[in-house]
Amino acid sequence: MNNSTKTLLNGIFKENPTFALVLGMCPTLATTTSAINGMSMGLATLFVLVCSNVVISLLKNLIPDKVRIPAFIVVIATFVTIVEMLMKAYLPAIYDVLGLFIPLIVVNCIVLGRAEAFAAKNSVGLSALDGIGMGLGFTLSLTVIGIIRELLGTGTCFGLNVYPDNYGMLLFVLAPGAFIVLGLLMGLFQKYVKK
Amino acid sequence: MLYFLIFISAIFVNNIVLSQFLGICPFLGVSKKIDTALGMGAAVTFVLVLATIVTYLLQMLLDAFGLGFLQTILFILVIATLVQMIEIILKKISPSLYQALGVFLPLITTNCCILGVAILVANGTNKLPEGLDHNLLTGTLFALATALGFAIALVLFAGLREQLRRNDVPKAMEGTPIALITAGILAMAFMGFSGVI
Amino acid sequence: MKKLESTLKNMMLSLTCITIVAAAALAGVNMLTEATINAQKEQQQQAAISAVLPEHARIADAEQVGEQTIYRAYDANEQFVGAAVQTVTNGFGGKIKLMVGFDADNRIVNYAILEQQETPGLGTHIVEWFKNEAKPGQNILGRQATGQMTVSKDGGDVDAITAATISSRAFLSAVNAAYAALNGGDAMTGASQQQFATPEQVETVSSDAEQQVTNDFVSQD
Repeated sequence: MNNSTKTLLNGIFKENPTFALVLGMCPTLATTTSAINGMSMGLATLFVLVCSNVVISLLKNLIPDKVRIPAFIVVIATFVTIVEMLMKAYLPAIYDVLGLFIPLIVVNCIVLGRAEAFAAKNSVGLSALDGIGMGLGFTLSLTVIGIIRELLGTGTCFGLNVYPDNYGMLLFVLAPGAFIVLGLLMGLFQKYVKK
Repeated sequence: MLYFLIFISAIFVNNIVLSQFLGICPFLGVSKKIDTALGMGAAVTFVLVLATIVTYLLQMLLDAFGLGFLQTILFILVIATLVQMIEIILKKISPSLYQALGVFLPLITTNCCILGVAILVANGTNKLPEGLDHNLLTGTLFALATALGFAIALVLFAGLREQLRRNDVPKAMEGTPIALITAGILAMAFMGFSGVI
Repeated sequence: MKKLESTLKNMMLSLTCITIVAAAALAGVNMLTEATINAQKEQQQQAAISAVLPEHARIADAEQVGEQTIYRAYDANEQFVGAAVQTVTNGFGGKIKLMVGFDADNRIVNYAILEQQETPGLGTHIVEWFKNEAKPGQNILGRQATGQMTVSKDGGDVDAITAATISSRAFLSAVNAAYAALNGGDAMTGASQQQFATPEQVETVSSDAEQQVTNDFVSQD
């Protein structure tokens, strides 16, 4: 396996941001009430991750070490605001659901974490791949959690009825369900993937 | 009385961690011991209240100039600066308090409950009991109540985890997974408060 | 290229540059998206108004009565046919903002939830619950508004959402408030004066928004 495929796959499995690195827990728990919400949140984060990784990798030599964190934060916050405005303009229904958690991508530890740990040290191409890999890993995890919670909680999958009407263990849509589903999935991950 | 309800609402009914999902990272990260949980809770309370007041005033400026789109970027910079300033001032004025809170301060910048609450209050979308308006006073009280709710959830959770460590947990569930399940059960208990107000 | 040293000058320079570029980029994107965002909001509002009104040719300018905003509608002969009232209430999870439409006889035509933060799977049912024509107990469409609608638990005749009585109460109180605002009376006494029987002369031109009725926006939630 060459270096770039490795970088790409790294984020999806071995260093999956949700299950292995345990980063970005707030959006993971809060926006996975349904599969579609989880996926939208994941994709918004993917966009910010890729853009900020590329820009930071380009600027890495122009930013003195001592001010790198504030500089990174400014770059990330800019892209987050851009995503926020684009979603408001073109996807208002999804923006209404995700609401506060869009601006909060700024403080998602994955984005700053990858900027610091990867983009600040590697070439532009690799950083972009790392962003895509991590973003996809995050999107995948959020979608899986979303599917499970939606299926158990309301009996639908991506909004389509799977069980008869009025089925639902609402607990899984509510706050406790988020913690429990994530905890069990993480246990499975530890047993079968991480070892 | 209404002001008192802000506290009940933000601490129990709409607990920031267990029902709003903000500040999960420190909730999972620094909840291994009750002492550190107390320290973190105190540091968050301190920063959250100050940050809310400062950002609320800044939002008025942004609104006056029609620069609403700079909100996120400005707020996060203000919070980062504020945390740095508090750190420096504490070091000078009260070394003992700095000793207690110092380690937690840098972690707070990326605690999403600070930015989250600041944005909620500045936009006037924080949950208040019926009959109260969104203004600087209720915003500040809301921030204080939210921070107390965070601290209480954190300390409770740390207590549970201290007990948990003495138990025999299946290998795959060790660490974060079992902590998350515990948090789920704690969240269920807090759901019992819903409808109180 | 060599990495810049952490001298004060370099630090100031690089931070300032980044911030200026960032602010400029944001201002640019803001300019590009602002019109679309406003148009979206406007369209959503218009679609909600049209969706809850009976057939009409023209909507008059908004009137503000307390927390409620009233949009009166007229047919081609300038005859008053009904009104849409935007109203707000405190639900279980926060503010519920909705639009309620009445016909000229004060019957409820339709409603649309504009904003809500109720519990997913419970309180969120307000979006559809009260317009289920198959279940007359919970359906409020076509009912005569009285300003005193309450859930059956409180002695009224509207079936509340299962396990979401607070959301249901909030919803009905908002509908009552809308009725009261429209009729200039007090919701609790139910005093109703048909004030709006005489159409006021409003010289604004009708918007074409009713052409773009998008009922599906109600179910977007």
